[in-house]
Amino acid sequence: MDITYTILIPLIPLAVFLLLGIFNQKIKPAVSGIIGVAGLSTSALLSYYTAYQYFFVYGKVGGVYQAIVQKTTWMNFSDTLKIDMGVLIDPISVMMLIVVSTVSLMVHIYSRGYMKGDDGYTRFFAFLSLFSFSMFGLVLATNLFQIYIFWELVGVSSFLLIGYYYTKPSAVSAAKKAFIVTRFADLGFLIGILIIGYYTGTFDFETLNSVNHETGELALNWASTSFMGLSVIAWALILMFMGGAGKSAMFPLHIWLPDAMEGPTPVSALIHAATMVVAGVYLVARLFPMFYFVEDGYALNVVAYVGAFSSLLAAIIAITQTDIKRVLAFSTMSQIGYMMLALGVSKYEGHEGLGYMASMFHLFTHAMFKALLFLGAGSVIHAVHSNYLKDMGGLRKYMPITNITFLIAALAIAGFPLTSGFFSKDEILVAAFEHNKLIYFSGVLVAGLTAFYMFRLYFGIFWGKDTQYKHAPHESPISMTFPLMVLAFISLVGGFIPFSNYISADRAGFEAHLNYPLAAVAVSVGLIGIALAWVFYKKENDLASKFSNAFGVFYKWTYNKFYIDEVYLFVTKKIIFNLIAAPIAWFDKKYVDGTMEGIGNKTVVISNKIKGMQSGKVQDYAFGFVAGVVVLAMVFIYLWTN
Amino acid sequence: MIAGISIYEILTVTSILFFIGVYGFITRKNLISILMSVELILNASIINFVVINKYLYPDMLQGVFFSIFIIAVAAAETALAISIIINLYRQIASVEVKDTEIMKY
Amino acid sequence: MDILSLFVVVPVLTIIALVFAKGLKQARLVSMVGSMVQLGMAINLVFAYFKERAINDGIMVFTKDFVWFEQFNIHYAIGVDGISVALLLLTAIVVLAGVFISWKMPDLPKEFFISLLILATGVYGFFISIDLFTMFVFYEIAVIPMYLLIGIWGSGPKEYSAMKLTLMLMGASAVLLVGVLGIYFNSNADGGALTFNILEIAQVNIPIEAQKLFFPLTFVGFAVLGALFPFHTWSPDGHASAPTAVSMLHAGVLMKLGGYGVFRIAMFLLPAGAVHWSWFFIILAAIGVVYGAFGAIRQTDLKYINAYASVSHLGLVLFALLTLNKIAWNGAIIQSLSHGLLTAMFFALIGMIYGRTHTRDIHKLGGLMKVLPFIGAIYVITGMAYLGLPGFSGFVAEMNIFVGSFQNPDMFHRVLTILAVSSIVVTAVYILRLVGKIMMGPLANEEFKDLPKATWFEKAGILLLLIPIVAMGVAPLWLSDMIMASLEPFIKGVL
Repeated sequence: MDITYTILIPLIPLAVFLLLGIFNQKIKPAVSGIIGVAGLSTSALLSYYTAYQYFFVYGKVGGVYQAIVQKTTWMNFSDTLKIDMGVLIDPISVMMLIVVSTVSLMVHIYSRGYMKGDDGYTRFFAFLSLFSFSMFGLVLATNLFQIYIFWELVGVSSFLLIGYYYTKPSAVSAAKKAFIVTRFADLGFLIGILIIGYYTGTFDFETLNSVNHETGELALNWASTSFMGLSVIAWALILMFMGGAGKSAMFPLHIWLPDAMEGPTPVSALIHAATMVVAGVYLVARLFPMFYFVEDGYALNVVAYVGAFSSLLAAIIAITQTDIKRVLAFSTMSQIGYMMLALGVSKYEGHEGLGYMASMFHLFTHAMFKALLFLGAGSVIHAVHSNYLKDMGGLRKYMPITNITFLIAALAIAGFPLTSGFFSKDEILVAAFEHNKLIYFSGVLVAGLTAFYMFRLYFGIFWGKDTQYKHAPHESPISMTFPLMVLAFISLVGGFIPFSNYISADRAGFEAHLNYPLAAVAVSVGLIGIALAWVFYKKENDLASKFSNAFGVFYKWTYNKFYIDEVYLFVTKKIIFNLIAAPIAWFDKKYVDGTMEGIGNKTVVISNKIKGMQSGKVQDYAFGFVAGVVVLAMVFIYLWTN
Repeated sequence: MIAGISIYEILTVTSILFFIGVYGFITRKNLISILMSVELILNASIINFVVINKYLYPDMLQGVFFSIFIIAVAAAETALAISIIINLYRQIASVEVKDTEIMKY
Repeated sequence: MDILSLFVVVPVLTIIALVFAKGLKQARLVSMVGSMVQLGMAINLVFAYFKERAINDGIMVFTKDFVWFEQFNIHYAIGVDGISVALLLLTAIVVLAGVFISWKMPDLPKEFFISLLILATGVYGFFISIDLFTMFVFYEIAVIPMYLLIGIWGSGPKEYSAMKLTLMLMGASAVLLVGVLGIYFNSNADGGALTFNILEIAQVNIPIEAQKLFFPLTFVGFAVLGALFPFHTWSPDGHASAPTAVSMLHAGVLMKLGGYGVFRIAMFLLPAGAVHWSWFFIILAAIGVVYGAFGAIRQTDLKYINAYASVSHLGLVLFALLTLNKIAWNGAIIQSLSHGLLTAMFFALIGMIYGRTHTRDIHKLGGLMKVLPFIGAIYVITGMAYLGLPGFSGFVAEMNIFVGSFQNPDMFHRVLTILAVSSIVVTAVYILRLVGKIMMGPLANEEFKDLPKATWFEKAGILLLLIPIVAMGVAPLWLSDMIMASLEPFIKGVL
């Protein structure tokens, strides 16, 4: 299958970025919006076409979907190590193309209405296109360094978009925080890449992931060096997962995600819900054979536990947050935790690879309904001019479309039967049940908490108290509601896609079946959560505050996100800035520089002491002269007589 | 040749004269005194030349001739020095050596 | 006149023409024309080099040799290879950009441009020489005008900074001279004559004891110029007090002489010494990388931040050279080129901001993005390039350095490599702190609302520097292959 045209998918947004960026001042806002949407529509159409071609026309070869690669050398390190640039088309990259292009297109259309009248409208669309380019490049990457390159570019796009309102100090510091935390994570990623490069001699995904079907092991050869009891390759995988954990906001590198809500809501929908934050999941999925086979899946265990813990932690925190975007941010962290744990408990062959399939399925469905939730929240914020629950309530009367679409998304994320979220979440729980009971119970608990906080949010915004609004809120324009409706539709029917036929760990596809007992457990937990939220929040009452008072200290801790941000601030401000950087600057000025100045000063002091020789007195000179002659004479006589 | 006196005694005398002159040059305050010490030094060297000539090389006369040269040169140098001192006196109104230390650090 | 000597002759002709110029307008016009001619020559040299390489396989091409002092076997010997060609191009670009940035030099413009061009002559001559003595002469020609340039046209404690910079660099060149003479007097170890020509000396097996003795001297002599810890302290004050174009030239080009000298002379001619001493100096270089980065975090003056950042990035060059690995050496050369352009860009931008706001204190600046959109956008882009964002030259350089230094499997090198790699986080911290404080946020000072936008010559200078940065970042293959091919003979000795 000839895939050369797929290179256009990232390149069109790049061209749009350059166009809008360079001619920023000269293009009218309305035109830039149209250019942005047009560019991304083209990429989206190409992505759908690629998917159609790949899954239906080209199909499986020998029962397995093939990975089609087209690449060229970008830079040579040496004769053997190099960085290629190219495109890799395989089931998950095609799926990601669809996800990214669909959500990005919806966000582009939505932004035309949301950002209307804003000063930097053209700049916004330029950065959206830059992000789309970077994300497309990331999912199409053929080797570790290429994915790292686009990883960094995605990080910069995120920085620019979070800091879009750059005159607000809080936005600036949120952007900085996001970039620095992810950079720290990328440090681990880079070291992991360096280790892989040295010990295996290649960065290429196809070479790294190729499985020898006879032995059932990786075909790759590597020097079997160990470090502290673990193979260096396992260390490399764990370090690369650190990079993925940073980008995907896993504990303890999650602190940037809530702050990233400072960016405009379309940005939160695109980057921090659907696409960039799943880059870490995509990385683990991309390297899944390595994660699974190396050292008996040691690294994969790490992934599972980190994912499970993050999902639980985030769900607990989400219950108490009052800023609707922050609730959604923690919800995202929790759902990504689901995706990570699904990968973590997965095996490889056929139906054993259920976790892998479930993770990718959940990635797909979550992208749709989470983007919908964020865009809906944006619609609400746009109408009410506030992010906080206390300023909302009873909005169902004023914004019917937003109400219905938000409800659909909330049902999906809670796992209400027949929504897309029901199918994907259920598969994750089945996979967890089959392999790790502890993680399964944690997952079920999280499912319940998810339903609870999501409906707390839904009822709090659209039902609850009958707030009197100063300006009557009105429904958003069609540019904003159209994407909502499209995404709601996908959230409803997306579950019926026979995902497992297309996406699986060994690329062979399998038949997945619904596990009715476990599904019943998940659904009932979800319904309990919704019911609790109904009781607490549907009508206005003080049940919630009585409850939170009863929890006292625990509530306070949860509300403050377990003070993790404060710990980080302490470490950076007090320790790194004050205890490391400041002493170094002081040491440099005082001692290192002082030594150089000291040498100069010593020279001056010595010079002062010996300047007395130039006294201007003739008699001193004569004395010196005579003394010198005497000394010379004695020396000569001594030499002469010996 | 003076009978009964060896060369060492005369050289001792001239050396003493020489170092008296050096001492005087280094320690005197008055420029004229310094000049006089210079004369002493030169005279000591003159006597040295004559004595060595007469005692060690009796049948040659170079030493004696050279001493006449030294006397003449000493006289000329003294005249020059006095003229410098007179010019200096016109500038700084003093013949003390401590007033001539301008060319110092 | 051969193609290489023109690089020395054309600046001298420009200087002579400048002597007859009257006033700012004529002076800058003459300098601009002269620098453009030099840039044209440099670009032409690149193409001529590729053509020549197809037919000529020697280590150096375009070689010429004129006897200078018969008695000591000193020749005016010149030649280039891929690395010198790249560095000559870098110099020409930065010189022209510097001329553009100094378009409005107020006092004594003629003398300023003359001194600047003397500096340029010295640098060009250094890159084309292959005779040790000639190299040293050009090195001195490059260093001495710094004293005048900083002391007369600088700002702040300019006399102090000028004195410190010049004395420390002179001290370094004194140490270097001892090293060079040591090499010279050992160049007859194989029975030949004493010679200063580096290609001939490279053939000689200089006795190990002599190598162990003279390598530290030669290395330190060059590395002080490359801001080796702990001899880097001339750099912050020097750069801060210097006028913009001088900082651009000094940080951008002059400091590269250090790395180039280490590679061309110290390691090429004394390979056993290099292998023996590398463990000691690599610790210093690694410390310098992290130390400079942490030092930059606490600074409040824009130029000091940039100076410490340069210490950190040049530390990477020395670090890479000391790992004695081919990939890392490739990275070191690319980093020299990349950092030269980036730091010149930074100093140019700082100069533009200072010229408008008359302050370099980051606490007094803020929200400049709204007022100066072009300069602000370029500042953010440069900051991103500086911290190694892919798509710019810094990434290419740093990846080569990291991959290369990781090839040494022992624990000592691994730990140092990880230490150097961790500097990417610290760099991000101080760059973002800087960008966030001065470009973003609310406008700090109401008076800044009406600052003049970027002028044509400022934009010209910036674009001149930006285009190669992006070109190297997006399409690095041609450059890295060219450098890799030229590295072969030099690395053979140390491997």
